[in-house]
Amino acid sequence: MAEKLVVIGAGMASGRMLEHLCEGDPDRYSVTLFGEEPRGNYNRIMLSPVLSGEKTYEEIVTHDADWYAANRVDCRFGEAVTRIDRDRKVVVSASGETPYDKLLIATGSSPFVIPVPGSKLDGVVTYRDLDDTNAMIAAAGSGRKAVVIGGGLLGLEAAAGLQARGMDVTVLHLMGHLMERQLDEAAGYLLKAELERRAIRVHVLANTHEIQGKDRVTGVRLDDGTVYPADIVVMAVGIRPNVELAKSAGLACGRGLHVDDAMVTSDADILAVGECVEHGGTCYGLVAPLYDMARVAAQTLLGQDAAYRGSITSTKLKVTGIDLFSGGDFSDGEGREEIVYRDPGAGVYKRLVLVQNRIVGIVLYGDTADGGWFFGLLKDGTDISDMRDTLIFGPAYAGGSPLDPMAAVAALPDDAEICGCNGVCKGTIVQAIGAGATDLDAVRTVTKASGSCGTCTGLVEQVLALTLGDAFQAPAARPVCGCTDLTHEEVRRLIKSQDLKTMPAVMQACGWKTSCGCHICRPALNYYLLSDWPLEYRDDPQSRFVNERHHANIQKDGTFSVVPRMWGGITTPDELRAIADAADKYSVPTVKVTGGQRIDLLGVRKEDLPGMWADLNAAGLVSGHAYAKGLRTVKTCVGTDHCRFGTQDSTGLGIKIERRLWGSWTPHKVKMAVSGCPRNCAEATCKDVGVICVDSGFEIGVAGAAGMDVKATEPLAKVATEEEAMELIVAFVQLYRENAKYLDRPYKWVAKVGMDWVRERVVEDAENRADLVRRFDLSQSVYQKDPWAEHAAPRMRPSYRPLADLTLEAAE
Amino acid sequence: MSEWIDIGEMDAIPRRGARVVKTAAGCVAIFRTEADEVFALDDRCPHKGGPLSDGIVHGKSVTCPLHNWVFDFDTGRCTGPDEGAVAVYPVRVENGRILIDAARLRARIGEAA
Repeated sequence: MAEKLVVIGAGMASGRMLEHLCEGDPDRYSVTLFGEEPRGNYNRIMLSPVLSGEKTYEEIVTHDADWYAANRVDCRFGEAVTRIDRDRKVVVSASGETPYDKLLIATGSSPFVIPVPGSKLDGVVTYRDLDDTNAMIAAAGSGRKAVVIGGGLLGLEAAAGLQARGMDVTVLHLMGHLMERQLDEAAGYLLKAELERRAIRVHVLANTHEIQGKDRVTGVRLDDGTVYPADIVVMAVGIRPNVELAKSAGLACGRGLHVDDAMVTSDADILAVGECVEHGGTCYGLVAPLYDMARVAAQTLLGQDAAYRGSITSTKLKVTGIDLFSGGDFSDGEGREEIVYRDPGAGVYKRLVLVQNRIVGIVLYGDTADGGWFFGLLKDGTDISDMRDTLIFGPAYAGGSPLDPMAAVAALPDDAEICGCNGVCKGTIVQAIGAGATDLDAVRTVTKASGSCGTCTGLVEQVLALTLGDAFQAPAARPVCGCTDLTHEEVRRLIKSQDLKTMPAVMQACGWKTSCGCHICRPALNYYLLSDWPLEYRDDPQSRFVNERHHANIQKDGTFSVVPRMWGGITTPDELRAIADAADKYSVPTVKVTGGQRIDLLGVRKEDLPGMWADLNAAGLVSGHAYAKGLRTVKTCVGTDHCRFGTQDSTGLGIKIERRLWGSWTPHKVKMAVSGCPRNCAEATCKDVGVICVDSGFEIGVAGAAGMDVKATEPLAKVATEEEAMELIVAFVQLYRENAKYLDRPYKWVAKVGMDWVRERVVEDAENRADLVRRFDLSQSVYQKDPWAEHAAPRMRPSYRPLADLTLEAAE
Repeated sequence: MSEWIDIGEMDAIPRRGARVVKTAAGCVAIFRTEADEVFALDDRCPHKGGPLSDGIVHGKSVTCPLHNWVFDFDTGRCTGPDEGAVAVYPVRVENGRILIDAARLRARIGEAA
């Protein structure tokens, strides 16, 4: 016959204990569960998103009626236990006596209400459970005022939630900086600045004198006389373990209910877990220690040896858009050293506190990606002397390993903690994956990793990707934009496979949710259509970003910049004269030489564009497409013409390439270069396509980058003649045009498809290469034309001018 | 009192496009939607002064070309996470011609002065 287990309190700690118990030996106990709230267990950590409206209560329920039924738990929700009779081993509640063999006390904690006048008025609420949350939601309303007393974790989450509901929020905090238990002063300051930027008022060193109001709260007055009007006051100044019941039963209590390492109280048949307990002199209010206790309590109940040794805690603030992490002890002190990194512009602050080359405290603000890694080093007491120089930059740099987020995860040891809430380490996740949990949901179900606050979801996915390799399917790839659920890749595939040749056809066939798309999807669709159907599709200027619509680059003041093409960087005195004349005629304020070996006229008024283009056209100059997702420049050095080291006519080849490719539209801009010798004066090795001439021919590299990322090109092929070089380059560009996602530079696209895949189609398969070249030339037959000449034509000119000039009329 | 004045043909503006009307207090952007509705809003984005008339028009809204703030034609208000608004002026289309309320434009110049 099963032993009788009674559990008092249906919160997260006892809920987790029951899970462990049912997994361990479902038949050992018959369980009766008392809870004061009229509902089962839900994820209290997620009350903040419920308050802010980002989640609903239903989404945060962890145990529903089905779960309790399936595990044969007799639920007494809404029924308080009033007395424990230890001699007769029964608990007393409204419905009478319930006998137990073992009793688990998990009564949690109560919010502390500061005893100032008015603290019992209507409209003064605490923030602890769903009822509190609902009370706040009910009181919230646009333009109404809320005062939150307490600038700790809970208080700030309440403040952010109420503000998200449209309230005018003031946070009062007794101490000199926010979250002083979790943050040092500098991070507290950044947090305060960020909250104030979000229009949440923060008053530190605020000692509440009284809460004002007759029947209902109307305001809060501080000792310094300041009064903040309030429609609602939230008390979030701290919690107190609920021990009255245990105390009256004669159990040993201090601040909390005393337990030993096996979670047993002073009565051998009574255990306790959660926020009501005191272990080793410490009471805990965060979820991770509670879960540790729950595991140990379950093992004790199952007759296994287990010990809880206390927890070092870490904290994250769950306010959308504020990244904050702290762990360990970060107070100043003798023998303590620190490593600090600050980037004021980006609002990043990182501080590690060290004692004898071991991390003892961590504070991260703005960039918390490495929090778990630092925390693992802290908990393991790892000696960091070897990586001290780069420690603050995180695992990606430690020991000089490459800058790759996957490498950082790969470098983590098996016992590194991935999910802080649930104490799940990398090894456990890897094991679960090995046992068949091959997607995020499955891993979450099996291990609980990322199931609580969810901030480690990205890390869990990286562990999945690492463990599964190619078998890993990235979770629902990002859709193009809010107008569709489809990804760029899916849309591109459908355009080809379904013969979709107009924008309305794409939107219809792919189920677009908006009538005519948006500024994100329309330019992408326009590109895909014109690239796949050069003869059938008609380019849509209204779906292009202003630069490509007006064939000039918009500047921050709304004027434009004009860059004529200089083939291979070669120009003539006549061209320079024409450019100088145009600069004079249209009062161009700035003339600049670009990095692409040409001249930029900056600050041209929109009305002047067609006239300037006509003048430049007359001198033989055409658009340089400096504004285009298309071929920009082919940079060259002087090669054999003048250079004593030159091995080939690099300038000549650059000009030939530019003449062949100009005017072509591509998924993103394309920059090329040709250097006449390996000294590489044209910097060809960081271009989308770069040619290095050598004595025996031409080395073609692709997929370089020198923008947000810096990357050397990868070798595509080495060929003997210019003709072969041209053919390879054209074929590569066409492959990129047909396959890449809009706004992926070639290096990003190649990283996705792989260099082998590219080489196979461009270099190895001659027939395929010829087809690519043929399709490129077909597209050029339509699109290789000077847009300036078109737009300078009289019929186009009015569109660059105002529709009407009412300067005089309206002033009359 | 409204005072409608003719500012030009609707067909001078492409569908999902815009043109500007110059006034003594800066430009007003005249937008034409895919469904041939016409709207008039201040051309100047309240964020960094971007010319809204050069933005991409979608549905009944436009995206500023400088930093992608999106404005609703009916209200002039910024949608999404950003906050800001531009003035909206009454316009109507009669026999393919666009008319704007000059009284409102004058009021605007008064404010600017």
